[in-house]
Amino acid sequence: MTLKFVENIKPDVTTDIVYMMCPMHLLKLEEKMKELERGQILEILTDYDGALEDIPGWCEKTGNEFLGIEETEDYYKFYIRKKR
Amino acid sequence: MRQCYFDHVATNPLHPDVLAEMMPYLKEEFGNPLSIYPLGMNARNAIEKARGQVASLINCKPSEIIFTSSGAEANNFALRGIALARQNEGKHVIVSRMEHHSILNSARFLEKMGFTVTYLNPDKNGIIDPDTVRKAITRETTLISIIHASSEVGTIEPIKEIAKIAREHRVIMHTDAVATTGNIPVDVKDLGVDLLSMTAHQFYGPKGAGALFVREGLRIVPLIYGGIQEGGRRAGTENVPAIVGMGKAAEMARDEMDKRIAHVRRLRDKLIEGILKVDNVYLTGDPVKRLPGHASFTVEYIEGESMLLMLSAKGVYVASGSACSSKALKASPVLLSMGIPAGLAQGSIVFTLGMGNTEEDIDYTLSEFPPIIKRLREISPFAKGWEEKGGVCYSPGE
Repeated sequence: MTLKFVENIKPDVTTDIVYMMCPMHLLKLEEKMKELERGQILEILTDYDGALEDIPGWCEKTGNEFLGIEETEDYYKFYIRKKR
Repeated sequence: MRQCYFDHVATNPLHPDVLAEMMPYLKEEFGNPLSIYPLGMNARNAIEKARGQVASLINCKPSEIIFTSSGAEANNFALRGIALARQNEGKHVIVSRMEHHSILNSARFLEKMGFTVTYLNPDKNGIIDPDTVRKAITRETTLISIIHASSEVGTIEPIKEIAKIAREHRVIMHTDAVATTGNIPVDVKDLGVDLLSMTAHQFYGPKGAGALFVREGLRIVPLIYGGIQEGGRRAGTENVPAIVGMGKAAEMARDEMDKRIAHVRRLRDKLIEGILKVDNVYLTGDPVKRLPGHASFTVEYIEGESMLLMLSAKGVYVASGSACSSKALKASPVLLSMGIPAGLAQGSIVFTLGMGNTEEDIDYTLSEFPPIIKRLREISPFAKGWEEKGGVCYSPGE
């Protein structure tokens, strides 16, 4: 899977899990997506490299839209749009 | 022989009600809190109940409590976890010389990692002047850690004022509240701290359970890597019985706090008054801003451990300083930093009172203490006049 880099996406909800251990990125992702309305965007901040594979994979499996990532010096920002 | 336990900063006995609360989790409720079947769910629910009880004791949200194995782990976690998480913003940390070894040795670890650490000296009563903190802050400072109250001299630090200064400079503020949490009111919102360490066995809970309060939204690098326990911030299968006990002990400490404070304060005041009647004995720490159950002294011309042993032979159990430095047989760095001469600091003795102590314990101790001091001074090479008996006299301070 090729990662798409994005800029200036305005999320509806942000969750900061930087330094939290794997698989918190997947647990928080599921938890937060339940709170979102269809069409809203979730931003996840994490420093966990495994999320680069896991989060797009989770989106594909669950039918949600993976919008892309933005990189900062210390962590990644993931953007997901709720589709279902 | 009467047994008088006066070492409650070393540890406290487990309250029977706390033990009763823990028992099911030492027996039939043995589930792993991460398991999804009822046995696991019961353990999970018990931990979350305890988290609420601990949060309620210090006025924070349950999600802001991370359970640890001890106060020392909480201190290590706070210092390393915040310094490392913020190292891109700066590599300067401020601590005081009143701190416990778990802070001082973590600070030394950070120095080896390339951080700069400022160690602040207290005044003669053990108080860290907030102004010295303000002056120590640089553009590189990311973290300040000052102990809430010293277990060695009982002095309560002006944490609220120091936290305000930290906030003004956008520096993270941690306090080691191991000696205070559960013993005096501790309110993280009122204190204005970002992190706070505590341990259960200081308020009649079990050993093996501590906690770190981490303000919501604060990033912290884990100390122990592994699974997703404690919100993915502290790995390891939870010590369920100990955590349950900590929760119950926290609830009881909150409910009984006024009564407990009144009890130990009354006995402490009587003890201080009686001990100070012995010549050349001085109170250490602040006479007013001190823990309610804490009475610490220096006794001139005597080495602390000999007092401990002779008192112990009479059933009176006390400490000469921190539980750690007592074993090392060296003058307490805390007392030295307060400007107490090394010779005098060797004669340190610390009484810390608890709910099990009675008026009779104080009377008994006050009757046993003076003859022990008299006897030790007669044979002390530090005492005046000893050289006249053929010895070499060392004056305190050398």
